[in-house]
Amino acid sequence: MITATEQLATYLDSFTEFQKRAAGHDLPWLRRLRDNAFARFCEVGFPTTHDEDWRFTSVSAIARMPFELAGTQTLAEDELRQFRVPGAACQLVFVNGHFVRELSVIEKLPIGVKVNGLAEEIKSNSVAVESHLGRYLNTQRDAFSALNTAFAEDGGYVHVRKGTVLEAPIYLLFISTASDRPLMTHPRNLIVIEQEAQATVVEDYVSIGESTAFCNTATELVAGENAVVSHYMLEREHQKAFNISTLRIQQERSANVSSHSVLLGGGLVRNNVHPVLAGEGGECLINGLFIGNGHQHLDNYMLVEHASPHCGSRQFYNGILDDHAHGVFHGRIVVHKDAQKTDAKQTNRNLLLSDDAQIDTKPQLEIYADDVKCTHGATIGQIEENALFYLRSRGIDEVSARKLLLMAFASECLDRMSASPARDHVEKLIHEYLLRLTAARPENQDRRTGVPTPHTRNWEEMG
Amino acid sequence: MSLLEIKDLKVRVDNHDILKGINLTVNPGEVHSIMGPNGSGKSTLAQVLARREAYEVTGGQILYNGKDLLEMKAEDAACEGVFLAFQYPVEIPGIGNAYFLRSALNAIRKYHGLDEMDAMDFLPFFREKLKLLEMDEKLMNRSVNEGFSGGEKKRNEILQMAVLEPKLAILDETDSGLDIDALKIVAKGVNSLRSPQRAMIVVTHYQRLLNYIVPDFVHVLVNGRIVRSGGPELALELEDKGYVDIEDARQPMPA
Repeated sequence: MITATEQLATYLDSFTEFQKRAAGHDLPWLRRLRDNAFARFCEVGFPTTHDEDWRFTSVSAIARMPFELAGTQTLAEDELRQFRVPGAACQLVFVNGHFVRELSVIEKLPIGVKVNGLAEEIKSNSVAVESHLGRYLNTQRDAFSALNTAFAEDGGYVHVRKGTVLEAPIYLLFISTASDRPLMTHPRNLIVIEQEAQATVVEDYVSIGESTAFCNTATELVAGENAVVSHYMLEREHQKAFNISTLRIQQERSANVSSHSVLLGGGLVRNNVHPVLAGEGGECLINGLFIGNGHQHLDNYMLVEHASPHCGSRQFYNGILDDHAHGVFHGRIVVHKDAQKTDAKQTNRNLLLSDDAQIDTKPQLEIYADDVKCTHGATIGQIEENALFYLRSRGIDEVSARKLLLMAFASECLDRMSASPARDHVEKLIHEYLLRLTAARPENQDRRTGVPTPHTRNWEEMG
Repeated sequence: MSLLEIKDLKVRVDNHDILKGINLTVNPGEVHSIMGPNGSGKSTLAQVLARREAYEVTGGQILYNGKDLLEMKAEDAACEGVFLAFQYPVEIPGIGNAYFLRSALNAIRKYHGLDEMDAMDFLPFFREKLKLLEMDEKLMNRSVNEGFSGGEKKRNEILQMAVLEPKLAILDETDSGLDIDALKIVAKGVNSLRSPQRAMIVVTHYQRLLNYIVPDFVHVLVNGRIVRSGGPELALELEDKGYVDIEDARQPMPA
């Protein structure tokens, strides 16, 4: 256990060292961005559960741990093979937050599409980076965003020019490796999809080996006028990993963005999704699935800002929690004064598979306009015994029947992803995960099943 | 050997004795009808045969094909050829009908050491069964029973039976709530599945169904016991006199 002062001292040492050698340390604008962010982090420190936005999630385990900034490292192709995905337009590989070109597959990209490691791009093309980096992410509100910005150096850089349509997904793979000391990484991604362009970007977080690691990632995604963008965030690290991720989406006029978050791994996970519908007529889908067992803590925090009229947003999150897992859904919708004709909807559905699993679900609407439609709803239930018996009475064994029912529940989330290799990849991951989850326990063990009436709580409100 | 032998079966639900000693023997090829008023235990008997665990068997024995049925789990009983057409078929959002049926068929095939059927082989076989039940193929891409009308749900049960080809089919009030056209289609489906190898137990509240599915035997279940057994003519008598008279005949009330 270390004190708050010692804790900041650890980060200060890392930061001082980092500012001397990091890519772009000689660029005044970038130095300033990092200095300001670090100062802000020191000012606010890590959040506590007294903070309304962190009521259900304690990050004291992260705060207590003296993490060391991860250095560069490479891997053998053999270790990587299991993570290669078919059908991607390109695959950028990051080992402990650092871009590794030798392991990446970047070829035959159409004209108008540029992908790179952010550090390399800062060195070779800092003007383009400067016009977006740090302009959207709110370092004032959130300590982790401030910390990420202070250490912002490497991550995925994606730029799709006006009118370019890329069907195949751009795949960013983040691998954390085993280490004898706890490592921290702060991947920073910058995704700019210009006017009338179309692209899909997948961020996939995995680990090799099992050692304590802290991944604090942030992505700024800019969707230009009339652009169509799909973004996937996949968390499947081991259960000793801390993963804090923030996706800040900036949507211009009539842009259409879908964000899909799938949380399967990680011990303590917080996924922030923060779209700002800045231009008229924008559409935003925030789709999520979280499945936890053991002592996993999976926190989904949404902040949807309607800043312009005639925009629509849809939040759909499904959670499945087993053992002692704890899930959080915090969906906040802010409708600014001029954002008339806003149409915002939020739904969170949860399945609890054990008596000790827990879900905290919290809607929060702040509406400053007077002509809007906002709805929210949440349900908590368990596997229906009737459905289970129905499947079993047709010859399907209990383990398979449970898996089928869970898959059906998870499919609601898959159905909202448009057909693509990214979706196929996610579907396969969920299948494999549920197979392990349902096979992990012997049959007839104490499980919560039953007619859902007394345990099911529902709320549905209109505002 | 008879296919099913129920001996002195006693079942309790929530501390209430529901079945109080049922005896019934069913041979291959026979169709038995069990009739009775509400709450007589008809559905309980059907569910116990399909091995629903919520029911506590407090006495008696069920031999199925010479094996102890009460030792079997629901899925094993199904694989051994027991099929229950549910009184209230369950809606399962997110699982496609065709996928569900193929999974069930393959689970049963696997149990018997047969190769699984792939989607290509399954389709023609499946289409033929759909035609028998006059069901729209579009329904099959929808989730199991979701958004189906009452009649569609009941037809879907018989469709499942046609696909899974059980040895012992139990139809639990498959006729309830059906209009005459739907009833005729269901009955046609059921009759086409009658065979010397297959036995059926048709549980019903109303005599009407038995005009279309003519049973070999009719049993009257009242208050957890079979109080009378007979041929198809017994159903007509019931229609005429009602269950009360039958019960009264058994236990004359003091004046």
